[in-house]
Amino acid sequence: MNEYLNDLSNLFREVLENDDITLNPETTANDIEEWDSINHIYLVVEIEKTYQIKFKSSQILEWKNVGDIVSAIIEKKS
Amino acid sequence: MESSLSFRELNKKAKTYKTPETTIRIAVLGNHTTTFFSKSLANSLKIANFDPEIFESDYDQIDITIIDNESKLYKFNPEIIILFESTLKIKDNFYSLSENSSRSNFNLDVQNSVQNRISILRANGCQAKIINFSYELIDDNLYGNLFSKASHSFYNQLWKINNNLIDISQNTDDFFIFDVNKYLKDSNDYRDWPSYINSDLHYSIDTFAKFSQGVATFIKAIKGSFNKCLILDLDNTTWGGIIGDDGIENIQIGSLGIGKAFTKLQKWAKELKNRGIILAICSKNTENIAKDPFINHEEMVLRLDDISVFVANWKNKADNIRYIKDVLNIGLDSMVFIDDNPAERDIVRQVLPEVKVPELPEDPALYLPFLSSLNLFETASYSENDKDRTSQYQQEAERKKLVNTVTNMDDYLKSLEMVGEITDFQIDDIPRLAQLTQRSNQFNLRTKRYGENDISNMVESKNHITFSVKLKDKFGDYGLISLIILERKNENTFFIDTWLMSCRVLKRQVEYYAMNKLVDELKKINCEFILGEYLETPKNNLVADLLDKLSFDKDIKNNNQYKLNLENFKTFKNYIS
Repeated sequence: MNEYLNDLSNLFREVLENDDITLNPETTANDIEEWDSINHIYLVVEIEKTYQIKFKSSQILEWKNVGDIVSAIIEKKS
Repeated sequence: MESSLSFRELNKKAKTYKTPETTIRIAVLGNHTTTFFSKSLANSLKIANFDPEIFESDYDQIDITIIDNESKLYKFNPEIIILFESTLKIKDNFYSLSENSSRSNFNLDVQNSVQNRISILRANGCQAKIINFSYELIDDNLYGNLFSKASHSFYNQLWKINNNLIDISQNTDDFFIFDVNKYLKDSNDYRDWPSYINSDLHYSIDTFAKFSQGVATFIKAIKGSFNKCLILDLDNTTWGGIIGDDGIENIQIGSLGIGKAFTKLQKWAKELKNRGIILAICSKNTENIAKDPFINHEEMVLRLDDISVFVANWKNKADNIRYIKDVLNIGLDSMVFIDDNPAERDIVRQVLPEVKVPELPEDPALYLPFLSSLNLFETASYSENDKDRTSQYQQEAERKKLVNTVTNMDDYLKSLEMVGEITDFQIDDIPRLAQLTQRSNQFNLRTKRYGENDISNMVESKNHITFSVKLKDKFGDYGLISLIILERKNENTFFIDTWLMSCRVLKRQVEYYAMNKLVDELKKINCEFILGEYLETPKNNLVADLLDKLSFDKDIKNNNQYKLNLENFKTFKNYIS
């Protein structure tokens, strides 16, 4: 989990152009100002590219926080 | 030089560029989410040396934005409007038509809607150039391969819509088509269907980035910055083998084997030359050996008279390209250099970073498909005169030789036996005049770009006086090489809106010749003053002191403002009769 959180934090910093971001499993879009619906699309694309996976629409819609994203990545990778 | 960058790469790259000085205002009007397109267009334009300001219409509000003459679009006053509609969206509109007869007429509805948009924009005083995206050819496969016979099928209608767009473009100034299909054909995952369903994202964000890079190149061309010269290496680039070792009878060219690949490359170069691209040769060779195939090999497509500057010697290629640049008097950033040798490409890239040096595949069979896929010679205008450019540059090389034989400038100018012709703008010259305003960067006082429409308006206008200058000398005819546009400010005062000249006739005293004529004409209509202004750009330092030289007085407070009292004007001496 922590390993993914680290990598994702770096990705979020670049995509959202905010160097102060540190993710934890409870982080939600409400916690980060730049994390709007448009940037969410950008984030999903870059996460998929980074881990060479493809999420299902239903997965993306169910995410409530960063922890859910990490679980989805782990599920796809295994 | 890379092909297209991803959305993220583009974002990263743009951050490393300083904000350029030249601003540009672009409006993006779409019927789907264009946010990612606009963002990457801003990045692509920044990399292309523009400081972009981008206006996006509200979601799916193209027509309302255009019809409402109070809308933010008109306040924004864009230079360029991009109309970007998605086929997936109009597909829903199409399916909502119940009758086959109305489906068969769908293409006409789209055509009318595009034409309406253009006329309303113009009626509301918007002069922006319009870039209309073509429609993606998506086959819904309801009629399979019978689509061509079923005029009420969606796929049939899409082909017709795109054809109609081309017809509109051919008949409408300042209206261009950006064909999305060209940019989609090499990629399999250009759309992400889940994002389309979940977020109305009609293309993947990297596809939007790819479009934006194509559009930015085209906008650059519209603004007068594009590649003008193709420099070719010879051995294993223009032909197979090494002429110095293998001899003329053994180089590979023609209809057999790998020779075909080189022939096809030569045909491409020749077609470019006929469109107005200058060809030059830069090769490490002995000159007469290198020229031999151009004269004596029957299967060579390129002949000596296709080449404007032929450089074959043993000096380094960066120096030789600099020499070619001097002869042609064009910017390094408008030159493309093609060489099969990675070391030569590298040295040119290092010494002359402005020159475009594409990678070249190792297999000559891939040379042409690769090079044409790069769209290196994007253009926004074309005129018949472009064809004659090669001979003009060859004449220039002759003149350069003459300069070396005479000792003083006056003798040289006298010996050229120059004859000038100066008139107001002629209808036949409109394409060339517009093209000159698009292309001239160096000898250009205010760098105002005009389309053919603008120029015709100027011909009609009572408030403008126009001059176009033609020149020939004993070596040949330069054609139309300079234009001046004066705008009336009041009863007795005119303002120089535009004064530009082709750099091919630099230092021929054309500006003095034109000034004499201009003053004569203005005195005839009782004009007493001429106002002038120098607008600095990164490229027009050449004319920073033009108005000083033409005996204008500089405004003490405002250093780029000038005034001339015609009473004090003394005719300039020159050698143009």
